[in-house]
Amino acid sequence: MKKLSKLLTTAAIATGLFAGAASAEDMRIALVVKALGIGFFEAAAKGAEEAASELGGVEIIYTGPTDTTAEGQIEVINSLIAQNVDAIAVSANDTDALVPTLKKAMQRGITVISWDSGVAEDGRQMHLNPSSNPLIGNMIIKLAADELPEGGEVAVLSATTTSTNQNIWIDEMNKVMGNYPGVEVVATVYGDDLADKSYREATGLMQSYPDLDAIIAPTSVGIVAAAQAVVDAGKVGQVNVTGLGLPSEMAGAIESGASKSFAIWNPIDLGYSATMIAYHLSKGDAVAEPGASIPMGRMGEVTLDETNSGAMADPFVYDASNIADFKDIF
Amino acid sequence: MTLLKSREAILVGAILLLLALVASRFPGFVTPSNLVAVFTDTAPLIILALGQMVVILTRSIDLSVAANLALTGMVCALINVAFPGVPVPVLVALALGLGALMGAINGFLVWKLTIPPIVVTLGTMTIFRGIIFLLTNGSWVNSHQMSSAFKAFPRENILGLPVLGWIAVLVTLILGLVMSRTTLGRAFFAVGGNPHAAVYTGINVGRTQFLAFVISGMLAGLTGYLWVARYAVAYVDIAGGFELDVVAACVIGGISIAGGVATVAGAVLGALFLGIIKNALPVIDVSPFWQLAISGAAIIIAVTFNSRAGRSKGRVILKSAEHAQ
Repeated sequence: MKKLSKLLTTAAIATGLFAGAASAEDMRIALVVKALGIGFFEAAAKGAEEAASELGGVEIIYTGPTDTTAEGQIEVINSLIAQNVDAIAVSANDTDALVPTLKKAMQRGITVISWDSGVAEDGRQMHLNPSSNPLIGNMIIKLAADELPEGGEVAVLSATTTSTNQNIWIDEMNKVMGNYPGVEVVATVYGDDLADKSYREATGLMQSYPDLDAIIAPTSVGIVAAAQAVVDAGKVGQVNVTGLGLPSEMAGAIESGASKSFAIWNPIDLGYSATMIAYHLSKGDAVAEPGASIPMGRMGEVTLDETNSGAMADPFVYDASNIADFKDIF
Repeated sequence: MTLLKSREAILVGAILLLLALVASRFPGFVTPSNLVAVFTDTAPLIILALGQMVVILTRSIDLSVAANLALTGMVCALINVAFPGVPVPVLVALALGLGALMGAINGFLVWKLTIPPIVVTLGTMTIFRGIIFLLTNGSWVNSHQMSSAFKAFPRENILGLPVLGWIAVLVTLILGLVMSRTTLGRAFFAVGGNPHAAVYTGINVGRTQFLAFVISGMLAGLTGYLWVARYAVAYVDIAGGFELDVVAACVIGGISIAGGVATVAGAVLGALFLGIIKNALPVIDVSPFWQLAISGAAIIIAVTFNSRAGRSKGRVILKSAEHAQ
């Protein structure tokens, strides 16, 4: 018995030493998400692993609270500080609540960045937005225009008249309309993010504009309702529904042909890019300062603005060719 | 009786006037095919308004109908995803049963614990929505997860009208029969008109209100399945705020919020009036900022007309005083 316990202790110490040796070599990057078990973040973790294997010598710690609370994330981050990880990349549940804890991490020499959902400037070295308003505004009209080489009539089905995000995206879209000659926005209607009202508005658009070629819905409720309205009106093939939506929600619309393509940020790319940035910042071969460029592997590089935040890329386009890969993810 | 008839006649007139107004701006609105589409789109509102009518008639109100609809719809969708083989008639029966159960909870609290109906249903409204969240963790049930039979049922075309529209017609006929030809229907009127007198005639007021809630819940449950199948999506917030449309439809239809006065035709016409406005606003090219104000104004105008028409003249008992004025 005594022998056995001695043996076990030795083994344990050896394992401990071995693990210690391994961690000294490997850079440990923690990917802290809003909550575990959310498809979107599981996909981001996949991207982080991809970046890790590409870089080599990087260990990804994918972690987060079990529910989307700032308190839960603070506990998780405190334990990461205790483990002395090299970098923390966090998608925050609260802009301000995490700042003191993250400051503490930075004081200990840990690289801290936020991605997807940001923290206040004091609490991170840089923030990675999945995309930017101008990129999104351009993407939603590009998706419609790409299917209309000869031009045509498009209409916008938004959320409410006061939805900040949608209004900014539509503004940005209108700014670049000059790049799409022949494509005309004939109306902007509001479905209030209610399935029935959006459906009715989409039906109304098809009645008011019999030659309508596309409905652009930069809102996940609206795009699904508009696709259903097009199917019910028997206008699949005549009216293309596009905009911003989630693959799981839009799989049916792609299948029925009501929507040829739509866009949303790609969580795999986002996890990949966040890991790449954390790696380069932690290694010291890039600095997070206004105007700086940080490489992100296959995603190119991100340029930081005066608040040290940057946009990753255009929203990712989903269509019949790739919807099956993503519909079960998020 | 002639008074009641004239009230509905005024509403029919208002609807025709409304249609004429819309047609003057968008002639395509009054084509038969579009009117069928508008009727079908309004069918859920008609069904719920009929249920609400019975409840309001008994001096109660059911604010939980939209939440009941959402929960039943979600349960139907979840069952369809888990067991795609379950036939639609079974799902419809289940929706009716589940809706009736939720209505019974409301009715029981009103009957046995004598809590005011507005408080009970305000509470159950949030509870039902909360249960949807517990069932799904806030995630959606999407079009591609539902079986095609599940989605096709309300769209099935019979004699030019989709099943959804036929169900509204059927519910109207059944309720018309119940209200005018059964003791239960008479009991609803008695309880709403004068609860104390109703007690003396041997009617159990609480039990009658309970049954009214069961009917309202059952119809909400039925609409739940139809709604989810029609829009091919189920999530926590479906039909958010719809209970207010339902109450508005009843009020437009001349159903007295104080109870005791209601007609099946009134509820149907009130729902149609609101449905036509909802469907017309997107096509008559009015700024969205005006749309809410317009539908609100239409409700108030309709109700004003109704209450003017419904006011009994009153009997002059002091001729001299009248002349003195």
